[in-house]
Order: sequence, then structure tokens, then C-alpha cells
Amino acid sequence: MSYYTASDNLALLPALVLAVFGCAILLIEFFVKNKKTFVLSLSLAGLAGTAWALLLQTQAVGSGADKLTAFQGALSIDGFALFFNWIFLLSSAVVILISYRFLEIEDEHHAEYYGLILLAQSGMYFLAAGTELVTIFVGLELMAICFYVLVGFLRRERRSNEAAMKYFLLGVFSSAILAYGFSLLFGIASSTRFADITQAIQTRSLSDPIVLLALGATTAGVLFKISAVPFHMWAPDAYEGAPTPVTAYLSVGSKAASFALLLRLFLEPLASLRHAWQPMLIAVAVLSMTAGNLAALTQTNLKRLIAYSSISHAGYMLLGLVAGNDTGIQGIAVYIVVYTLTNLGALLVIAALRRKDPGSVREDDLSDISGLASRNPAYAALMVIFLISLAGLPPTAGFIGKYYIFLALIETGHPILAVIATLYVALAVYYYFRIAKAMYMGKQERPVFIASSLGQRIALGITGAATLLIGIYPEPVLLFAGITLLR
Amino acid sequence: MTTHLLSLVLFLPLAGLAVLLAIPAENKRLVRLWANAVFLAGFLVSLPLVTTFDRNATGYQFVERASWIPSIGAQYLIGIDGISLLFVMLTTVIGFLASLSSWSAIHDRAKEYYALFLLLQTALIGVFVSLDLFLFYLFFELVLIPMYFIIGIWGGERKLYAAIKFFLYTLAGSVLMLLGVLTLYYQYRTQFGVPTFEIARLMSLKMPLIVEMAVFWTFFIGFAIKVPMFPFHTWLPDAHTEAPTAGSVVLASVMLKMGTYGFLRFSLPLAPHASTTPWVVHTMVVLSIIAIIYGGLVSLVQQDWKRLVAYSSVSHLGFCTLGIFALNANGLAGSVIQQINHGISTGMLFLIVGVAYERRHSTKIRDYGGLATVMPNYAVVFAIALWSSAALPLLNGFIGEFTILSGAFEANRIYAVLASLGVILAAAYLLWLYQRVMLGQVKHEENKLLPDLSLREWCVFLPLIAWAFWIGIYPKPYFDLLEKPVGEILKRL
Repeated sequence: MSYYTASDNLALLPALVLAVFGCAILLIEFFVKNKKTFVLSLSLAGLAGTAWALLLQTQAVGSGADKLTAFQGALSIDGFALFFNWIFLLSSAVVILISYRFLEIEDEHHAEYYGLILLAQSGMYFLAAGTELVTIFVGLELMAICFYVLVGFLRRERRSNEAAMKYFLLGVFSSAILAYGFSLLFGIASSTRFADITQAIQTRSLSDPIVLLALGATTAGVLFKISAVPFHMWAPDAYEGAPTPVTAYLSVGSKAASFALLLRLFLEPLASLRHAWQPMLIAVAVLSMTAGNLAALTQTNLKRLIAYSSISHAGYMLLGLVAGNDTGIQGIAVYIVVYTLTNLGALLVIAALRRKDPGSVREDDLSDISGLASRNPAYAALMVIFLISLAGLPPTAGFIGKYYIFLALIETGHPILAVIATLYVALAVYYYFRIAKAMYMGKQERPVFIASSLGQRIALGITGAATLLIGIYPEPVLLFAGITLLR
Repeated sequence: MTTHLLSLVLFLPLAGLAVLLAIPAENKRLVRLWANAVFLAGFLVSLPLVTTFDRNATGYQFVERASWIPSIGAQYLIGIDGISLLFVMLTTVIGFLASLSSWSAIHDRAKEYYALFLLLQTALIGVFVSLDLFLFYLFFELVLIPMYFIIGIWGGERKLYAAIKFFLYTLAGSVLMLLGVLTLYYQYRTQFGVPTFEIARLMSLKMPLIVEMAVFWTFFIGFAIKVPMFPFHTWLPDAHTEAPTAGSVVLASVMLKMGTYGFLRFSLPLAPHASTTPWVVHTMVVLSIIAIIYGGLVSLVQQDWKRLVAYSSVSHLGFCTLGIFALNANGLAGSVIQQINHGISTGMLFLIVGVAYERRHSTKIRDYGGLATVMPNYAVVFAIALWSSAALPLLNGFIGEFTILSGAFEANRIYAVLASLGVILAAAYLLWLYQRVMLGQVKHEENKLLPDLSLREWCVFLPLIAWAFWIGIYPKPYFDLLEKPVGEILKRL
């Protein structure tokens, strides 16, 4: 039995490309000083390489009828894995595009920033493609450690440091709990492969305390990563303190990756325990929507507001898993696509508010965006589109995401949950439109300037156009999201 | 060309909006000219709908169908019958007049203003021509967003409060309605195996009464808030009072009709058993009668001219819902005609307030008095609008309310007796308003030099006055137009 074959090569290729480019960028600063654009191009080249590798894999998997498995079942490249990896690629690309100017303004332009982003994406790869506990755990930690550093990247800013420390401590704690859950799963199955664990759990009695303990610990660990209530405390601080592009990356990349992990776990090894986790997830989803939406109502810091809203979005996505039918799972996939685009877009606009000159905006406060419409009508209009989409109203992409979740709940007979979820849409509009109100009806307290760069405009154009187009013609995205069902 | 006529009517404002964005905001004159030209063109292209409409045919006309989102079965499916034809025409007429009335009222951010109005216009027409529930819902929600900004940016003193209250209140209703839509969709897919949102096909559903009830009540929440029916009317006085004149006109004349239209097009045909269940009908009728009387009484005590007109809408819309739930031919046809009438007469009343507001910047009744001597033409126009609203014979309001009351009488005499109180109340609050504002001596010095109606203002009022007399004197074409679609609805019940 050989441990590494040619077919394994293809299965690993995207992660490999990312890791090679990531490490190269980390090292390169020793050799070429002050070559910022070179580093930027190198990281974009890394992403292009990843795209190429993913295309190769997509071809190999074909229509999705068959899948690539590698390393004796540790990796499985199927529609599900490919779908998520394209999302990761999209978020990294957008984040890199907007980072350059931002880091210049903050005077913290170092090559390792780009390296860490690529390495984090390399970790994400394993969360979507991994079907073995150790692989997943290593991938998760690779991603998380990169993020701990990235959140604290503004070393001279207290909030950034504080955020990194909080995120790190709580993150490590949750990883420990997750590792405990994984060890119990290993104990049950004496194997770390999903296929074996699935079988072992099915043979166990459904109320076996060890199984339930494993389920509880694993769930708690994963819920922390998606920032669902009651494990959401870190999110507002981390989002607020992190450099805004990192906030964007954290809120979409890390969240999508953690959802990939969550879905894999709950739909494969833990699927037979649905009776136990479904009520738990219902409670978590309702609490997340409640806490996220209510706390967001009174936020005046834009990034904290986005953080709380993203907690409520986690709740909506969990409802797709609660429903658990094909509509629900495809719904989560659609939701992740639109949430990624929209949240990236909204944070992009917030990132553009930062300027270098003294006395400029540094707090990302609601008053900083006040009167934006009169000076930068295009930015304000795009922000409104993002806000409408975050709220989930037509004709934007956000509505399509919500549509699937609601439909799944109705199909599976959860009318009460559906009513709660829809009413929170109306509540959420209140705080999203506080931002719109500030931009269009607020008095300008001090001149708002937009620090826009070419990269930023490209990123904004992509996310804005996609948010609107998906809302009007969602068919391609629905078909694309359909491939997540191929596992 | 003719086959895509309805799409042209629907998307012309949006196309105009695209061009408008290219006009520099500083050039306000060009912005105004262009926007008004687009609205006028929108009205003109909608005229062939009337001239080529075949009123003897059943079913929808000008139907256009295209695949849109095959994965979920949503189609781009539009078409009109007699009912929607009237609403489309009301929208294009009112849209143009509202835009014309804003010519000198809006100075700040004129470009954004007209852009939002054009977006609103497409959304409103879309609501009335969609024959696919998914498409309908898209337009139904889209209406809220421009209106939120119109109230919030160009409104009165409490505009921010009114704007968000309007938005959240009506949104809460329509998101719940979405659940009803999804229930119908899911039921159809389970029964027939194909996903569709097409209204005509959803009508073939056989659902247990309990499911039908769920659908009816979620739709009810969505539509009743839009109408608004008592007790969901509390957003209306704020929104209508704070909105700029053109916003109030479009809100009252067209947007409220989305609710009543929803009852006619969706609630009755898609949940026929639920909507004919006696206790449901009773509830609806009682709520309508409360709205008629309560709206009238509250109007009587208003100190604010605009707020008075706003509350009178609650009362008038009560007649419309009463007509719908009389569930007979007279009630339904009367209801549709009364909805058009309300669009004409309340639209005029808001425009009249707007004329005074533009000159005096106040809507308090006590700031006026004796205007008739200063502005005689204005007084005549106001009197016509008032009689039209108070259902004086020979004017449109009489035809509508008379038909509704006869429908209600057929259904239950007590309904008709109670509702007729509303007619008396309407005469009372409107005549008293006229007396306080227009008659007597001029009480305030600054009112003595107010200019009378300008040519542009005459252009705004004349079409509405003509329309009011047309319906009042010769309503036959309207009843002919409504005969078939009303018959179709009754066949479903």
C-alpha cells in the first residue's frame, strides 16, 4: 500500500499551491525589501494558481457523479468541497484587492499579511474537503492561527491587540473542546475516518452517554467557530478591533469554512443523531437570531453592528440545517454565496472610510458614514444595495438566500420557526436602515472622504453587481449551489 | 411591438431612470424635464392598452411569458384583465401628475428624487401586472424601498420616524405573506410534482381548509397592513402626513390599492374556501365597518389638514374592503371603482393641500381661513375634489359608494345601514374642513396675497377633474370592463 499516489496529488493541489505561495511570501521579505506591489502580484498569482488547480479538480470530478478521494479517505473532493473552495477563493481575492490601500493608510504594510491570508485559505481547504478528524483539526488550526495574527495585525493599535488576545484565548479554548469531542469520536469508532465513525455511531444506542458527550463537545467547538449564540462573545470585539479587510475575511471566509465543517460533521458522521442535535440547533438558531438582531439594534460602531448581524445570519443558516432536506442544504449554500458577496461589499465600503490624513475617520462609527450620499453617491447607493441584501429583501441576492431557508422550513413542517425567522427580517431592517438613514438623511459632521484605489473599485464593482444580478437572475448561482448536494 | 406592449409600459420608467442617472445633478431643469417627459411617455404608451383591450374576452390579455428561474419554477409572466387595466392606468396617470406637481416643490436633491420616483413607478406597475407570485412579491417589496427614501429625505418634521415606521410596519406584513406564498408553492409541488408560482395554475390546488386558512391569514396580514384595514392603520397617518406632496399622492392613490388589489387577485381566488367561511367574512366586514366609522370620526377632530385627508383614506378604504367581502358582483365591482375613485379624489385632496403648503409652508387648519376670496379658482377645484370624495351624485365617489352599499345590502342589510353612516361622516368632516379653510374672512395677513393656481397646477388638476366627472356621469365603460373579471372571481368562490 503506497501512502502517496499521483491521484492524491491532484486532490491536494489547491492547498499545496496556496501553502507554497504563502510560505514564499513569508520568506520573500528577506530578499526583496519594499516590493509591495511585487508581493501583491505574487499573492494574486497564488490565487490564480489555486483557481487553476480547482478547475483541474472540477474537470476531474466532472458532472459531480463521481468524486476524488485521497489518502485513504482523509480527503474527499466532491461537489461540496469544490463549492466551498470557490467561495474561499472569492473571499481571499476580494480581501487582497482591498488590503493594499488599507495597509498603506495604517502604515502596516508587511508581506506576511498576504502570506497569512493564503495560508489561512489553505487551512480552509481542508475544512471543506477533509473527511477525517485529524486532517480537519489541523486545517482548522492552520486557519485559526493565521486569523489570530491577522486580527492583531495593527500592532500599534490597542483595540486590535485586545481583539486578537480575546479571539486567541477563546479560540484556543473552543479548539480544545472540539479536540475533546473529536477524541471521543475516535474512541467510539477507533478510527478517525468519517465513514468508520458513521458506522460506529449507527451501531450504538441513540442515547449512549458517550455518543451524546462527543456530540455536545463537537457541537460546542463548531458553534464557536461560526459565532452562534451562546458562543458568540468573541465576534463583536474581534470584528471591531481587526483591520477592516481582516474583519471581512473573518466574517465570510472563516465563517464559510466553519459552516463547511459543520455541515460535513452533521450530515455525515453525526447524521444518525439528528433527534439529539436538531432541538439543540433549533434553540441555538433562535437564540442567535434573537441575540444578534437585538444587540445590533443599538450599535453605533459599524463593524460591531456587522458582527451582531453576522451572528443572526449564522442563526438563519443553521435553520437550513435544522430543516435538513435538500432545499435546506442547498439553501445554506446559496445563503453562503450571497452572504459572502454582500458582507464583503458592506465591509469594503466601511474600509474605504479610512484615510491617512490626521483627524480622519478611525472609529468606523455610524456618524462617520453620515452624509456619505451627498459626497459619494455611488458608494452610498452600493451600500444601500448591500444593506437591502443583508436584510434579505428583493430584488437583491439576500432575498434568494432567505427564500430557500424559509421554503425549507415550510417543507419540513416548522411553521413557527418560519414565522420567527421572517419577523426578524423586519426587525433587522431597522438597524440596517439606520446606516442608510445616516448616509442619506444624516448631517455631515465632518467631511467624509473615500480612500478608493483601483483594487477597491474593482472589488466593489464585482460585489455590488453580483449582489444585484443574483437578486434579479439567480439561476446560475442556484445551479452552482446545487453541487453541494453531491457528497 | 404590440406583443411586448405591457413590458414596455412596465420598464419604461426604469429605462428613463438609467438615462436620468447620466444627467448631471446640477442641471436641475434638465433633470425635471427629463423625468416629467418619461412619466408622460409612460402614460402615453399605456394608452394603447385601453384602446386595444377586448372587454368581452375572459382571462388575461397582453400576456407575456418567459422562463426566468427554472430551478424554482418562477416565470416572467405578466398580463392584465379589466381590474389590473384600471390600476395600471391609475398608476400611469397619477405618476405623471404627481411628478408634475413636484416641479417647484422639490429643490434639494432633485435628481435623487426623480430617480426614486421612477423606480417606484416601475415597481407599482409591476405589482398590478404580475401573474406569477414570485414576480409579484419582488415588486411588492421593491415598492417599499424608494418610498422609504422619499418620505425620509423630502418629508416633513417627523419624517425619519414616519419613514421607518412605514417601512417596518408594512415589511412585517409582507414577509409573513411570503410564508403564505411558499406554502402554496410547496402544496402545488407536492400535489402536481412541478414547481410553479403561476397564479392560474395555483388555482387548481385542492388544500385542506386548515392550510387554506393559513394561506389566507398570512396574505391577510400582508394586504391588510397595506390597505390599511383597522387595526393595522396606525402607520398611515404618519406616513401620509410627513411625506412630500407627491409622495402622499402616490401613497394614497396607488400604493394603498396594492392591498385591496391583493385581496381581489390573490386572497379570494387562491383561498376561496377560507375567504368564504362565515366567521372570516364576518370578521372582515366588521373590521371594514369599524374602519369606515372610526376613520370618519377621527377625521372629524383633526387639526391638521393633511392628517385629516390621511384619516379619510382609512374610512374610504373601509368601503373598498366592505365591497370585496360582500362577495357579490355589485360589491366587487363597486369596490374596484371606488378604489379608482379614491385614487382620483384623495389624490386631488393631497395635491390641494400641497398647493397651499407650497405657498404657506403649513398644513395646520388654523393657519388658513377665507382662502376662497384670495384664490377663487383654487376654491372651485377644492370644492369639486371635496364633493367627489364625499360621494355627491354626478361625481365619481357616488357611483362607487352607491354600488358598494347596494352590494352590502344584498349581503346583509345591517352592513349597508352601518356603512352608510360613513357617507354622512365624510360629508361632515369634509364640509367642515372646507368651511374652516376656505370660507369666511381672511384671518391671517400673509394669506391675503397668495397667488391662485398657476397654469402648471391647472394641468395637474384638470385631468383628475375630468376623470371624476367621467366616472360620475357615464360609468358604463368601467362596469363593462369589470364584468368579466368580477365574474371570474365569483366563479371561484
